[in-house]
Amino acid sequence: MSTFSRRLFLRSAGALAALGSVPGFLGRALAASPPGTGRTLVLIFLRGGADGLSIVPPVGDPAYRAARPTIALAPPGSDGGVLRLDDVFGLHPALAPLLPLWSERTLAIVHAAGLPGATRSHFDAQDFCESGTPGTKSTADGWLNRAVQRASGPEGAFRVVAVQPTLPRMLVGDAPAVAMSSLGQFRLPAGPGGSGAFDALYAQAVDTALRTTGMETFEALREAGSAKLAQLPPDNGAQYGTAPIARRLQDVARLIRSGVGLQVAVTDMGGWDTHVGEGAEKGQLATRLSELGGALAAFARDLGARWGDTLVVVMTEFGRTARENGNRGTDHGTASMMLVLGGGVRGGRVLGGYRGMDRAQLFEERDLAIGTDVRSVLWESARAQLGVRDAAAVFPGFSPGPSVLGEG
Amino acid sequence: MRFLLLGAVLLLGCATASPGAATAPASAAGAKALQLPAVQASNEQQAVHVLDRLAYGPSPADLRQVEEMGPAAWIAWQLRPADIDDSRVDRHLADFPSLRMSTAELVAEYPRARKVAAAKGVSIEGKTPEALRAELAGVVDPFHLPRQVGAELIAARLIRATESRRQLQETLVDFWFNHFNVSADKGAVRWMVSPYEREAIRPHLFGSFRDLLGAVAHHPAMLFYLDNWMSTREGFSAPKRGRLGLNENYARELLELHTLGVDGGYTQADVREVARCFTGWGIRKPNEEGTFEFHPAAHDRGAKRVLGHDIPGGGGMEDGERVLDLLATHPSTAHFLARKLAQKFVMDSPPPELVERVAQVFLRTNGDLTATYRALFESPEFWSDTARGSKVKTPLEFTVSAVRALGGTTAGDLPMVQALNRMGQPPYRAQPPTGWPEVAQPWVNPGALVARIDFGLRLASGRLTGTEVPLPPVDGTPDEVVDRIARAVLHRPLGSETRATVLAAVGVPEGMTYDERRPVDAARLVGLLLGSAEFQKQ
Repeated sequence: MSTFSRRLFLRSAGALAALGSVPGFLGRALAASPPGTGRTLVLIFLRGGADGLSIVPPVGDPAYRAARPTIALAPPGSDGGVLRLDDVFGLHPALAPLLPLWSERTLAIVHAAGLPGATRSHFDAQDFCESGTPGTKSTADGWLNRAVQRASGPEGAFRVVAVQPTLPRMLVGDAPAVAMSSLGQFRLPAGPGGSGAFDALYAQAVDTALRTTGMETFEALREAGSAKLAQLPPDNGAQYGTAPIARRLQDVARLIRSGVGLQVAVTDMGGWDTHVGEGAEKGQLATRLSELGGALAAFARDLGARWGDTLVVVMTEFGRTARENGNRGTDHGTASMMLVLGGGVRGGRVLGGYRGMDRAQLFEERDLAIGTDVRSVLWESARAQLGVRDAAAVFPGFSPGPSVLGEG
Repeated sequence: MRFLLLGAVLLLGCATASPGAATAPASAAGAKALQLPAVQASNEQQAVHVLDRLAYGPSPADLRQVEEMGPAAWIAWQLRPADIDDSRVDRHLADFPSLRMSTAELVAEYPRARKVAAAKGVSIEGKTPEALRAELAGVVDPFHLPRQVGAELIAARLIRATESRRQLQETLVDFWFNHFNVSADKGAVRWMVSPYEREAIRPHLFGSFRDLLGAVAHHPAMLFYLDNWMSTREGFSAPKRGRLGLNENYARELLELHTLGVDGGYTQADVREVARCFTGWGIRKPNEEGTFEFHPAAHDRGAKRVLGHDIPGGGGMEDGERVLDLLATHPSTAHFLARKLAQKFVMDSPPPELVERVAQVFLRTNGDLTATYRALFESPEFWSDTARGSKVKTPLEFTVSAVRALGGTTAGDLPMVQALNRMGQPPYRAQPPTGWPEVAQPWVNPGALVARIDFGLRLASGRLTGTEVPLPPVDGTPDEVVDRIARAVLHRPLGSETRATVLAAVGVPEGMTYDERRPVDAARLVGLLLGSAEFQKQ
């Protein structure tokens, strides 16, 4: 069976099997996706604890402004005000590039998302988000690697890629994954003293793991080189700008568009730990958000028709305190928000079980309480894009329950 | 010539003090020689294997020395690092003042930029990081920021790994730091990690495991990293921090990762009881002083029961010591450590009989680490054909062994660190308490392989600033040059196919005649050899 027909077979089998229990927010993705085309899951990790209450501010909650006298965003319609999403929530104005996606309902927001057993340590919280086993430190592999191990998919060199210098914890495990700073850096000098010679040397290697990895590597290098992946210009007039996250997403788009079989891509972005001078419609957080929003909008546009097969999940390790601190910033909290984007998303909705910012509604009287377990969203996304079925293997000790994202 | 003479003297067993302290052990004869099993391999193969396992790969000088002394005497010498003159490296490290400072001194000497700004009256409010950085550039000394502490620590580790004559000691620093991992990325640990390596790890590498375990348990770096400093008896309230309670983080890792192992026979109840024993083991002002402090008021004074042993109430700080006593000589600990050491020094999947034998030595000697290492190095498994060349080098082992292979030197600065980052092993920044893996699988992936090949090419062509290797001479025919240099780097003859590939790549296609006007490109040849699959193994 050729790679293509094998892929075709697995895809249609997966789609059929999943029909009965498709997460509501992803229903259209499966229906729309033509058989034989690969789906891609893109995960963006905002490191540092992104402030969900400023990114998707509950401006309709009277307690919001009281809790944040200097950093609250203004209501919709006023100068520097939020972009209206519904009666309660607005979108940070720096995320204006995402508003068209919201309007065409390919962006959903899961508010009050968090991981139970809250730890306010970046280190532990990231570790738990990536291992997928909150409270258990010794888990050797990452949840996304476990998911890939159980997914059928293309066997190409670029099936699982992290566009960041080291393999993130969530991709550590038995399934092969490539980490690279950028497509531009994933190359060796050509010619007899460069990749040509190494290709031959590794083909002769005695060690099986190195020979296999060598073959994968040079296949990937050849693919990257022959498709001139690093030079592929954006499509549909997409403009990425120069922020690091934009360059990384541009590389992800190159991998998707060139059809090398990208199934999972992961990248991350720092600068969210806003203890001091967080800012409101302008400032530190706004700068990060405009980089992120611009990059995501360009990514969606660049992908064109492939946007329908792509699902992007934006997550962070925890949210920040409901009240601002003495330095016009916020400290480590509990629940934050997640963005879920893609052509098949039933978006245009703020989901997730936000309870409110009154003292009594907060977790330990200080943090936004968790309305949705981060793992529910991750699980539903992995199931939709990778066709995995065994939740207990991907997230041990966790039962997803009914789709938290609800019907559209 | 002197090398040869000296070797002959040592082989004859005469305990003559060597005239050249820089080249020979002062008292190798004083250490109990090892009883090595009968080994099939050649002298060179044995020496290479010893240096692959007990050192960061062969350097020309170390290889010569092992061959002269013989592996048994060389290992015995390495087991007594105090007898090894390392003054050259010591002089090199004198350039790094932070290596000798306490946490309090480090916090004072290398404060956060924001703290400096505040002290100098620069307002930081409402500024973007970019604007703030520009403003701070004028008032902050870049060599007195927290990152300098990490840079000096990393440089020191890389310099020592490359050039120290106490190679076994440096290999063991890598092993035990990793076993008792802390990450410099977690909060105040960045000012504690350098004292941690110096005070908790290095002094106890060859002593009793109980001492090492105790030094780690008391160290603020570990107390902070695994949150024990915040763990208190249930219901305890602190003035500024509100209500606190039990934190099981350290207790769990102590049992699971530091001693018994995950299948070591403890229960969740044990974890909780151990956590109760360690309540009050804290840190005095973690962001200023960072010294160990026991807080009696935060300690749980009740009776505890750990692994079936009663620990009566009112023991105070001694509760924790009792737990460490119990764990340090526990049979599960012996087996867990024996297996992990065998993975490091012998092979990824060590035979159970080897683990059992080494564990028994550990138990018989009450956790004497030197005796335990000796048992490993004297084992037939260590010297077996299966073990030799069987392990994939970690990025640290790969980069350092590449520099050592040709007798090079490194400043251990940014280009080396960036190379390690690209290969997936940012120094001192392993996030999980498990540290870096001891086995091959996680290190073998395409991005890392490209990074390794790229590193070899850059190192050989002199494009890795701060790190230099002398290129070997290329006189002779290309066949001779390739064979000689391949032997010097890989210590085994090239297979015929590989040899043809290498010859073609350095400019002499098969069947063509050799052009005297265009000698073999030594940089290209060395780059190929360092990037080859063979050089990734040890």
